[in-house]
Amino acid sequence: MTPSEQPVVSSDAAANTQAEISEDMRVIHSAYETGKAAGSLSEETQPRIDFPPYRSSILRHPTKDLRHTDPETIELWSPAFGHRDVHKLESDLTIQHNGDPLGERMIVRGRVLDGDGRPVRNQLVEVWQANSAGRYIHKRDQHPAPIDPNFTGVGRCLTGDDGSYEFITIKPGPYPWKNHHNAWRPAHIHFSLFGTDFTQRMITQMYFPGDPLFALDPIYQSITDQKARDRLVAQYDHDVTQHEWATGYTWDIVLSGSNRTWMDTEEDDK
Amino acid sequence: MSKLIATPGQTVGPFYGYALPFPKDSELVPPGQGGSIRVHGTVTDGRGQPIPDCLLEIWQADEHGVIAQRTGSLTRDGHTFTGWGRAAVDDDGHYTFTTVNPGVTEEGKAPFIAVVVFARGLLNKLHTRVYLPENPERLAVDGLLSDLPAERRGTLIAEREEDGSLLWNIRLQGENETVFLDFS
Ligand SMILES: [Fe+2]
Repeated sequence: MTPSEQPVVSSDAAANTQAEISEDMRVIHSAYETGKAAGSLSEETQPRIDFPPYRSSILRHPTKDLRHTDPETIELWSPAFGHRDVHKLESDLTIQHNGDPLGERMIVRGRVLDGDGRPVRNQLVEVWQANSAGRYIHKRDQHPAPIDPNFTGVGRCLTGDDGSYEFITIKPGPYPWKNHHNAWRPAHIHFSLFGTDFTQRMITQMYFPGDPLFALDPIYQSITDQKARDRLVAQYDHDVTQHEWATGYTWDIVLSGSNRTWMDTEEDDK
Repeated sequence: MSKLIATPGQTVGPFYGYALPFPKDSELVPPGQGGSIRVHGTVTDGRGQPIPDCLLEIWQADEHGVIAQRTGSLTRDGHTFTGWGRAAVDDDGHYTFTTVNPGVTEEGKAPFIAVVVFARGLLNKLHTRVYLPENPERLAVDGLLSDLPAERRGTLIAEREEDGSLLWNIRLQGENETVFLDFS
């Protein structure tokens, strides 16, 4: 069938059951594992863009193969961001209002690296997330959970010379969505990242260890390989946790390889 | 060959609207400034329906082919050209940037604007390019364009409108599907 002939269920219809979605995911994953074991499929490290259990992907993924091309000049560079763009306090999501937000205060920190392990320096990191009750400050979020007047859930920072970033925030709650009946997203923080090359631009989601919703979530499970899925899960880190103040998580982000020609001096503290 | 395996991408989801857009995000130069042009179009899905929850970013050289490395995109002081902009589509799937025509960055190459696409329902980012329609001889020898089947080449070339605007639509799927790129 061509895509236009496929029966399409709107993502807002919530027509399927979790059991149906889970079975669809099981079939796709087991075909991947079989193919990988037989050597006919190589290890997948990115989500499939064609993943029907995520209903709204059905009409929104390209059906033709991506066209391989070598990046040209502009694509070997990224926009520059600096302290006129991002204020230091924007990395603390807990101080944007008059009072303290409700929920579990936490620190998330890590490094942004390129595919060769070079730190990505002075680059923009943006995050957004639901509050502790699983509600976004967004007009399209209809989830009947309380809005927290002391929490917006948006932060930015610039990476340091070692590629490091750090946010202080509140642990987001899981929230329901309309992919299928009784669909719930595992708790996550959305991350937006720039590299040294525009080809490295990426948006992703960070998850929390041991979330019981992982197995049920078609967005997380659109990544067919468990090793790749694990790369989106932060680690609890007691060395980051602060006495009587906040729990700590670490999560490093690796961008795709840089195609730029790097001088030795730029790689000093690699 | 990269030594580390890249972290997977994920969809931008439906709720980026209060987080990623910022004032004048799509105005690389102020509208109405001499030499400014509009780059605009509609993003559609596999049934030709406009997508209302899509976010685009462009990154380009200035008119002289110079790649800016100036900060200030997020504050837009009105005179610093940073070369980068962001636009969320409206409820009709339409986006608009105000910018300048990009110059040539490498001798003999055709000028283009680099584009990255994010959307709800799109599980990973997509890269593409918008080429200027002028100078067909140069487009004909461009490494990427000349390699594409004739019927797909046009998806990467904008249409010049009477007022100087560039009209460029994105079709994520189906008839006239836009060519998306892989740099790995
Ligand atoms: Fe989310």
